[in-house]
Amino acid sequence: MLLYILKRLFVAFLVAVTVSIVTFSLVRSAGDPAVAIAGPDAAQEDVERIRVQYGLDRPIIIQYGEWAGKAIRGDFGYSRFLNTEVSKVVLDRLPVTLTLGALSISFALLLAIPLGVLAACYPNTILDRIALTISVVGQALPSFWFALILMVFFGVHWSLFPVSGSSTMLHFVLPSIALGYYASPAIMRLTRAGMLEVLASDYIRTARAKGLLQGSILFKHALRNAVIPVVSVAAVQLGFMFGGSIVIETIFSLNGLGQLAWQSIHRADLDTMQAVILINAAMYIIATLAADILNAALDPRIRVN
Amino acid sequence: MSTLLTIEDLSVDLPVPAGVLRAVRGISIEVSRGEMLAIVGESGCGKSLTSLAIMGLLPKGATRLAAKLDFAGIDLAVIPDRKMADIRGERIGMIFQEPMTALNPCFTVGSQLEEVLVRHRGASRKQARDRAIELLEIVGITPAAQRLSQFPHQLSGGLRQRVMIAMALMCEPELLICDEPTTALDVTVQSEILSLINRLRRDLNMAVILITHDLGVVARAADRLAVMYAGQIVESGTVRDVFATPLHPYTQGLLACIPVPGRTAPGERLGSIPGVVPSIIGEARGCSFRNRCSLAFPACGEADIPSMPASHGGDFRCLLDERDLAHRVAAVGGSH
Repeated sequence: MLLYILKRLFVAFLVAVTVSIVTFSLVRSAGDPAVAIAGPDAAQEDVERIRVQYGLDRPIIIQYGEWAGKAIRGDFGYSRFLNTEVSKVVLDRLPVTLTLGALSISFALLLAIPLGVLAACYPNTILDRIALTISVVGQALPSFWFALILMVFFGVHWSLFPVSGSSTMLHFVLPSIALGYYASPAIMRLTRAGMLEVLASDYIRTARAKGLLQGSILFKHALRNAVIPVVSVAAVQLGFMFGGSIVIETIFSLNGLGQLAWQSIHRADLDTMQAVILINAAMYIIATLAADILNAALDPRIRVN
Repeated sequence: MSTLLTIEDLSVDLPVPAGVLRAVRGISIEVSRGEMLAIVGESGCGKSLTSLAIMGLLPKGATRLAAKLDFAGIDLAVIPDRKMADIRGERIGMIFQEPMTALNPCFTVGSQLEEVLVRHRGASRKQARDRAIELLEIVGITPAAQRLSQFPHQLSGGLRQRVMIAMALMCEPELLICDEPTTALDVTVQSEILSLINRLRRDLNMAVILITHDLGVVARAADRLAVMYAGQIVESGTVRDVFATPLHPYTQGLLACIPVPGRTAPGERLGSIPGVVPSIIGEARGCSFRNRCSLAFPACGEADIPSMPASHGGDFRCLLDERDLAHRVAAVGGSH
């Protein structure tokens, strides 16, 4: 198991390096950074001066080496628009996004897994149809519209939850529901399909022949096998959430990574943009790594290979 | 020997796209304590569904009807599902054909064994563990303590089937149902598993229902046998009697398929029965074997064939006279 984790960690590190190289070259090729720094109206000499001053005239490999050397030490450059170090801005925004992501995926799992199990236990009944409806609606609703509906009823009409900002945990309730509900249909359908398959398997018949009770059969023997593909999909969704949701963060005025990404792209704030993309990629890598390790813990057959 | 299980007129219907499949049609069997009854038949004759019907594990949609389904004084036909779950694994154990898929891949052998005792006896982890080790040793798995922490995929097919047997025996059931326990295994392993089941039966005075299509297995292990065809029992009796004088043409055909050392000449063609088992959908009249039977005559298709007592104490389901049928065996046997 330890060897397996070490191997996966090494692969994750290689992925992170590759992503950083790709984003570095993409950001540099998307526009001339010297022009972006100097501004659109700057004279050609000023642009050239800035190019030399910032070392942008050197080969891109050297520029990347310099950037990577600093990034490893936690220095992601300086944002002239926000007048602070990029690492500070990111660290400032990260907790908001992480909280939102963690709460959203929890909500999605708590909603979707029981619904999926229920639907699989009573396939093609009214319960299955209700679960299906809930999931189809979740898939079909635009998340910004659902967020606004939540706001109108739970925020304004009944005044149950705050609708703007991130100062208390209560501020995260509505955004987490909006973001989590959007992620739940895939999890629910996957749980249902997995449970249906597992419940028809020989080892579930064995469990029944042993006289085990329904709860133990469903939640111990069946769910553990059915949930393995769910873990992988939930990890991708979590990675997506940890990257920050521009729509949800904007609607609920949460100052997270999503907003930061959008602002930095808007202002051609290259250092910030690059750091946000890298953090985003790192979150994906960490989430899938965690999923792989969790799956190996759930299913011993994965450990062997 | 006292009777442990009495089944009278058990029927199982399965809904299929074409109508209602009458998978089991009014079978009656009795099993005494310590006795091994073999139920023999081709694939699709209803023998596995019979065993699942006893366990109350029929697939969804299947209906079970029985005049009597008595296990040690308990009427299994009317018992609620929760009470039936108390009996399964505690008083009736079952092992299945496919040891490769019958164990849960995500749990250790130990935890799958232990949970039976925890469930039925409220045993502590320590007690359950000790019992699991004891049973693994009984079924010949050593070193037992080490195997407990292994997962099913780390064991061979033969070992997994031994684990299945150990699991079924955790609570020393009075009845063990074995559904094709050796079919998926190598021949040498088959023989070991069979000897093991037979030894445990004697040691524990446990009744065994052995479901198989392999008459060689029956000859080696069972006391009595019931031959099933298209959902009915067409012949039953002690293994010795039925093998010596098979009466029903189907049984005779089955026995002619087995090579007998000394009697079957090298290179000689073995017997075979043309055609396949029919699936009875909806109402059916007459003998279901008549289309494959060389002795069939018009009356075979006209009415249901009653089960007739045979002189050796068994039963057979054929319109022909017992003496004529018995005589035919002698003739057929001679020609081989």
